[in-house]
Amino acid sequence: MYATRARRARPEPFAVRIGIGERLGLAHMDWPLTIAAVALAAFSVFTLGQATVDDIPGSPRYFVDRQAIYCVLGLIGMALLARIDYSRFRELRVGIYTFLCVSISLVFVFGFAAKGSRRAFDLPFFSFQPSELGKLLLVLALAGFVIDGARRGSARQRTLRYLCLGLAPAALVFLQPDLGTSLVFVVATLAVMYFGGVPWTHFAVIGATLVALIALVLFAAPSVGVPVLKGYQEERLTSFLAPGEHASGAGYQQNQSVVAIGSGQKTGRGDRATQTRLDFVPERHTDFIFAVIGERYGFMGAAFVLSLYALLFWRALKIVTLSKNSYGTLVAGGIAVSLLFQVFVNVGMNLGIMPITGIPLPLMSYGGSSVLATFLAVGVLQSINIQARLAQKGRFAW
Amino acid sequence: MYLRSNDRPGPRLALRVAVLSGVAVALFGVLFFRLWDLQVLSGAEYLAEAKNNRTREFKVIAPRGDILDRDGNVLVDNRTSLALQLNTQKLPQDPAEERSELTRLGRLVHMPLRKVRRTIKEGEEVAAGAPVTLRKDVGYDLVYYLEENQRAFPGVAVQRVFVRAYPDATRAAHVVGSVGEISEEELKEPAYKGLEPGDEVGKGGVETTYDRYLRGEPGQTKIQVNALGQPTPGGQLVSQPPIPGDNLKLTIDPDVQSAGESALASFGLPGAFVTMDVRDGQILGMGSSPTFDPTVLATPMTQSQVNELYRDPVSAPLTNRASESYYPVGSTFKIITALAALEGGEITLTEPIYDNGSIMVGTQEFQNAGGVSFGPVDMVSALQVSSDVYFYTLGWKMWETNQLQSWAGKLGIGKESGLDIPGETGTESLVPSKEWRDQLFSEGETDRPWSAGDNVQLAIGQGDLQTNPLQMAIAYSALANDGTIVTPHVGMEVEDAAGRVLKEFDPPPRRKIKIDPAYRAAILEGLHQAAQAPGGTSYGVFGGFPIEVAGKTGTVERPGHGDQSWYAVVAPYPNPRIVTIVTVEEGGFGAEAAAPAALQILEAYFHKQATETGAANGGSPG
Repeated sequence: MYATRARRARPEPFAVRIGIGERLGLAHMDWPLTIAAVALAAFSVFTLGQATVDDIPGSPRYFVDRQAIYCVLGLIGMALLARIDYSRFRELRVGIYTFLCVSISLVFVFGFAAKGSRRAFDLPFFSFQPSELGKLLLVLALAGFVIDGARRGSARQRTLRYLCLGLAPAALVFLQPDLGTSLVFVVATLAVMYFGGVPWTHFAVIGATLVALIALVLFAAPSVGVPVLKGYQEERLTSFLAPGEHASGAGYQQNQSVVAIGSGQKTGRGDRATQTRLDFVPERHTDFIFAVIGERYGFMGAAFVLSLYALLFWRALKIVTLSKNSYGTLVAGGIAVSLLFQVFVNVGMNLGIMPITGIPLPLMSYGGSSVLATFLAVGVLQSINIQARLAQKGRFAW
Repeated sequence: MYLRSNDRPGPRLALRVAVLSGVAVALFGVLFFRLWDLQVLSGAEYLAEAKNNRTREFKVIAPRGDILDRDGNVLVDNRTSLALQLNTQKLPQDPAEERSELTRLGRLVHMPLRKVRRTIKEGEEVAAGAPVTLRKDVGYDLVYYLEENQRAFPGVAVQRVFVRAYPDATRAAHVVGSVGEISEEELKEPAYKGLEPGDEVGKGGVETTYDRYLRGEPGQTKIQVNALGQPTPGGQLVSQPPIPGDNLKLTIDPDVQSAGESALASFGLPGAFVTMDVRDGQILGMGSSPTFDPTVLATPMTQSQVNELYRDPVSAPLTNRASESYYPVGSTFKIITALAALEGGEITLTEPIYDNGSIMVGTQEFQNAGGVSFGPVDMVSALQVSSDVYFYTLGWKMWETNQLQSWAGKLGIGKESGLDIPGETGTESLVPSKEWRDQLFSEGETDRPWSAGDNVQLAIGQGDLQTNPLQMAIAYSALANDGTIVTPHVGMEVEDAAGRVLKEFDPPPRRKIKIDPAYRAAILEGLHQAAQAPGGTSYGVFGGFPIEVAGKTGTVERPGHGDQSWYAVVAPYPNPRIVTIVTVEEGGFGAEAAAPAALQILEAYFHKQATETGAANGGSPG
């Protein structure tokens, strides 16, 4: 007994000593990325705590408490994912892709409808929206397919294959209907292809096709009597071009959001905020939370939040270049671009320069699926970073 | 191909990362620039817009002043009632759902969808965004129903409003009038300056005449509202309370008024009465039968109520027969003939005329009523027995001189009286004259020019004469008060809520005319004999009345109808204070219907006078 104890107490001369920080991967995490994500989530909880007090009579903390729980769960998920070597996902690509498509399809069967669209499963404590997690899953699977098929077929065939793989789930989401998220899917697909080395010429063709398609959907098809978009979708997409004309219609929300942000001026109106406190701005805890920040905390608050996103994106891009393998590059690139796209579209929508598409602001907008999925995506980025650092040191963890 | 699964990426990746970085910088740059533009460069404008966004001004309706009779009893006041309001912004977006809700709502308040939509449209034109009042005065059962089924009726709210209340229902209905929403035409009138569509103003009666005193001033509440226009808790920003309207006290004497109304009602025939102070034109009582309950006008009407009030030209309950209907007045007109003849020197007080029951004017024979013959009569006895032949003769004497018409006009017949109740139309009133008929004849409107027979008819108040009880009251007042043409009025004073008198109404007389005192005395004596001397036309009615009076019956023959009964009386004789004119359509002889009604009115008046004097003298009436 004593001998055993004595042996254990003595340090192993040749063993590498691994501390708790290293065990958790903390040492090799990208700290600015973590700080940006946590700061955004904290700011979200803080904002919701002030802005949604009167939303649900009798439970002033309804949204705050839930968002806080989602954030904590998201952080745990991020930490867990960071420890796993993301390269495993490449092997699981078919399974991930299948799960992605099936889960989105199941929403049509079991999902519950909210505001005219079936997007989520109603679970006991929370409604799960597969398409939010789907953004990450699509990147993980598609990056795998790109790496795997890198040497099969001609460049054109490959491009077409990637496009089909990416657009299939995007189409499913579009049919829910959830125009915003399906656009994120398309952008994520293009991002993975971009870092997958698809030639510039192909992007040019894709871009041209896209322009033609938009023209068809918005102008040509309705004029011959084949509406592709629902009326409200089309109105939202086009009304931002001339918000004054729709002061009480589709442009109303956006106009109110612009007024809210403008009225915040440099330092914000705090609790004297009216636009976002008195229901002039709709969906203020989700899609229009940036308007709340703009009105309550002014340019200082809004610019601070934007800076955090810039930091987030900068670190994500950094991880793209650091990745130890191409799969990591593609995954990080897909995640980075889809985050950038969501931030730009959402904030642009709040500022009245982008159409209303129902894309949440990552980590800020209230919503469990979105918060969890974004933290998990950040976790994957961390994993790529950690693996890259370990590879640099010539060591592989687990 | 730069993709090698476990290799570090090469320079081509660096290019792509650089391009993406550039795009990202551009995108973030756009966002920052836009943010700077909105918040720092144009923040002040947006702040102003946001502040404007959250406040809404609501007009707080001022209650109208009460209308009181001369003793201070309430004729009209207000009660709070519930109005159904619709917040159009909260209606369903979907046109089909909106239509369904409006249809269901319309069914609850008995309005077809078309009318609901029109009401909403009109309300929106007045004040866009403000709640539209769909129906006033809804019942509690409906309110409870709506509250229980709130989900089925989004945007529907119930608001407290003031509604006119009439404690005595039909009491003095034609005098007080009613209220209603201001019309487009009224809005343009200077009298209604500053009012807005939807405001309530008087519609007829003193409600119209004294609207500016009764109306009050609306207050204003500025409250913080949310995007749905709903007030937010604790969000009252500014409040300016409404100033209630002042009270209007009328000259109407409750005892006289109720006596007159019940007397008229007892016949069940159309008719009217007016009782006026001969000295200053204060109207103590004025009524018309059939009457109406103004409450019905204050609340939404059923079609049968509308038909009853507006569509029946015969009973026409809204018409004030005392001042808005025009009739021949029969023998009550004789005092004017008498005055004209005496003042014109056509006859002296004592000169007798032999009444053998009829008179031939040209080829036409004019008879006394019933064909009776009174023998030789002078002025006093001619008035006492109401000899038609005597006055036929006078009329015949004056047929070419316009003397009779001129005196009728001097006494106010055929002229607007200046009564402070709207509805009088001078154009319908007529004293037939040579000029008038010859003009008609030259235009081919009638078959013959002016003739002596026309003036003979006029002399006893028959034929083409068109006048009304109010004009007769003025003429009799002039006789009673020695030549003053008073301005009849029902408005006495304006009081504030504490009862302080703010304004008194004492309109000056229209004019003074000269009447020979001897003629006046003789005519009054004739009337006194008619009422209270044996053989007088209304001796049977007034013979036993303890107060001395001077009264004249009148009976108008209306082809196709029963005779119209008239009575005109001034009292007390010989220095009268009041005049009462009563007419009952198809009531028969003057002494049959109108005189007994006048008696009831005088009884009420003098009974009250005696009680008041008795009280003033320590309760010991001699």
